[in-house]
Amino acid sequence: MHPVVSTVLKRLALGLVTLVFVSIIIFCSIQLLPGDFGEAILGQAATEETVAAFRRELGLDKPAVYRYFDWIGSVMTGDFGTSFSGRSASGVNRARPVVDLVGPRLGNTLFLASIAALISVPLALFLGITAALWRNSVYDKLASATTLTTISFPEFFVAYVLILLIGTLWPIFPSLADVEAGMPFWERVYKTMLPSITLTLVIVAHLMRMTRAAIINLLASPYIEMARLKGEPAIRVILKHALPNAWAPIAAVIAFNLAYLIVGVVVVEVVFVYPGIGQLMVDAVSSRDIPVVQACALIFAATYILLNLTADIIGIVSNPRLLHPK
Amino acid sequence: MSTEKRSTPLLKMDNLHIEGFADEKWNPIIKGVGLTLHRGEILGLIGESGAGKSTLGLAAMGFTRAGCRITEGSIFFDGVDLAQKPERFKQKYWGTRITYVAQSAAASFNPAHRLIDQTVAATVRVGLRTEADAKRDARELFSALSLPDPDRIGDRYPHQVSGGQLQRVMTTMAMSPRPDLIIFDEPTTALDVTTQVEVLMSMRKIVEEFDTAAIYITHDLAVVAQMADNIKVLRYGREIEEAETRAMLREPKEEYTRSLWSVRSLRKKAVKSDDIVLSVDGVDAAYGNRIKVLHDVSIKLPRGKTVAIVGESGSGKSTTAKAITGLLPPSKGQILFNGTALPAELKDRSKEQLRQIQMIYQMADTAMNPRQIVGEIIGRPLEFYHGLKGKAQEQRVIQLLEQIELDEGFYDRLPSELSGGQKQRVCIARSLAAEPEIIICDEVTSSLDQIVQEGILKLLMRLQRERNISYLFITHDIATVEAISDEIVVMYEGAVVEQGIKDDILSPPHPDYTQLLLSSVPEMDPDWLTNLLKGKEAAAAV
Repeated sequence: MHPVVSTVLKRLALGLVTLVFVSIIIFCSIQLLPGDFGEAILGQAATEETVAAFRRELGLDKPAVYRYFDWIGSVMTGDFGTSFSGRSASGVNRARPVVDLVGPRLGNTLFLASIAALISVPLALFLGITAALWRNSVYDKLASATTLTTISFPEFFVAYVLILLIGTLWPIFPSLADVEAGMPFWERVYKTMLPSITLTLVIVAHLMRMTRAAIINLLASPYIEMARLKGEPAIRVILKHALPNAWAPIAAVIAFNLAYLIVGVVVVEVVFVYPGIGQLMVDAVSSRDIPVVQACALIFAATYILLNLTADIIGIVSNPRLLHPK
Repeated sequence: MSTEKRSTPLLKMDNLHIEGFADEKWNPIIKGVGLTLHRGEILGLIGESGAGKSTLGLAAMGFTRAGCRITEGSIFFDGVDLAQKPERFKQKYWGTRITYVAQSAAASFNPAHRLIDQTVAATVRVGLRTEADAKRDARELFSALSLPDPDRIGDRYPHQVSGGQLQRVMTTMAMSPRPDLIIFDEPTTALDVTTQVEVLMSMRKIVEEFDTAAIYITHDLAVVAQMADNIKVLRYGREIEEAETRAMLREPKEEYTRSLWSVRSLRKKAVKSDDIVLSVDGVDAAYGNRIKVLHDVSIKLPRGKTVAIVGESGSGKSTTAKAITGLLPPSKGQILFNGTALPAELKDRSKEQLRQIQMIYQMADTAMNPRQIVGEIIGRPLEFYHGLKGKAQEQRVIQLLEQIELDEGFYDRLPSELSGGQKQRVCIARSLAAEPEIIICDEVTSSLDQIVQEGILKLLMRLQRERNISYLFITHDIATVEAISDEIVVMYEGAVVEQGIKDDILSPPHPDYTQLLLSSVPEMDPDWLTNLLKGKEAAAAV
């Protein structure tokens, strides 16, 4: 087997092991959440018998170990359980499967993250490479200063400034990103423009500075001096000689920021009333909707692991020592 | 070598001044050096590190490293003053009319691209040849430089090829556009002597074949003697003298030039002794459980004497040292100290056993904590082995500093405030502090200049006379071996080829490998390489 294939398989297996550990941690920490779903729903006045019956119906009376394996076993078959909310003591059961709740929200979040990534990653790479090319020039300093400024403000502030400027004063994009199922693709893109721009402003500084640093880090290498001594123009020195050796750190920082776009954007979702998964999770935590919280946490963990795994693999594949062994 | 002069010089540098920015100010590096080179001529630039050799070599291309600038003078290449031209203009010359061969080929090839693509890049970029034609030509050059599998070696990546081979590929890269001038910047310094000879031969062959002019930068006079028509000696950015190669070797005018090969005149009289302090007895060792690197190594070290271990890189010299110190426990055999076997593992040895064997390393820089002052560095073994503290420790450190010929003003200095030779002296003092019977010296002079080397070797010999210390001296440099050793151990591929008194080992008859090793050491005779080449051809013809 080619060593790259075996390394990738090994990383995948390790990722899976990590996910199992994370699932245990998620389960345990939710056990530690204060309060009880039964009491939260039925109120302080409920009799002990009612609460006990309610808990039995939800399976909360069983031992934790049993419930963990029950949960993880169903998850493996694609069943994330049934949401706690929608049930009531009245006997009418309007509870929905977690998959139906989380699925569309996750879709929305991925959509927003993709749009933001499509804008920010090329922009950051371009800025980073050009800043490295003209390092210490006015352009470099201006790019650094601007992106640092945008990252220094809290994201909700950036969001409100954008709403004020290009949502209200010059209404180019709508300030409410209330996408719905069945909306045509381009209308959806149009609606998500403001949150996408906000997210771009938040992550582009980090991406750009790391790209610049990864390239400049290599510029002191003897092989870069050699390339210059072979008469290669500056732009080719960067693109052909430095960049191919800089992919590993750049991929790592892109993965890190993409993960943020999926799991860390709840504030931006709230500001733009965007129906994403972050908001769903916050609501679920406050209503003690354990199956939904667990599902969201597990999705977030898987996202992190998968993205970092991808970055690792890019790092391996872009390293000729591993790709072409002796 | 063509010495015929032609009317207009290819390269003429006049009164060149170059400054470098360091410690918040501009410091002169090159202080008014001139240079004239005609087509087909080879000029050797020689001097110790910091003499400005590389800076001057690069300046011949009109190139200055980041943080350097040309402040005065002219660099006329084929009638154009490169000192006055912008980089964009000079790029038309670089890589095509003037090419560069760097010291470390391993670091100077881009790890991400195939060798052949890097070899022909400049030639193809400016349209001197089509890509297919340039590659065909490169493969012919690979073959002319006797690289193995010349048709396919170019398809490999740099890490898949050995250092000596990479250096030859780089020579091909420099030759591909058929330049007017090649700058060789210490191209063989990082190579073993046996590999160095092959690379030198191929470089000379190709430069002669195409009648290319060259500047050959090195600190090794014997090497430059084989390559150059003329030699220029530099020191502290100034020219000491320039002369025709034979004339300079016969009678150097300046004292400094003479001192450059003084280490080669140092020679200790070998004394035989049967009082063995350390004996390595049939040792096998392996890294991990698989790769066996030492095969039945037996070495005897007489008390108060110096045994030199020689061999090329990968021959197991340093691994033997690791086995002796207990860092790499042998899988078979034992280490006897004064007749008793030492525990194989470092952690099983007593403090007293540890004290008796000390080490000095090649890189004095990395062997010292950069945040500790000299007093702390030398004081640590005093406290660890002898329990000396406070005032007593301080006095002892100062005594030790005197022994290594440094005054007590060095007590408060950080390693970064010392020169290369001073750093190595501090490392010697640190090992002396333990008062050992044996000091293992691993290539301790390899990264030092000739003059500094001589000082260190003299110091080591004096300490041996005064304290009856035994040295196990690991080196690949035969001149150093001749200077310091009583006995020599020749190693090859993890096994001992022979051990004996210096004079016996160095005089014929030799086993094949010793012969190869000794015959590869460049000699001061400018005809040495030519004769060696002739000998090889004659042997091949038979």
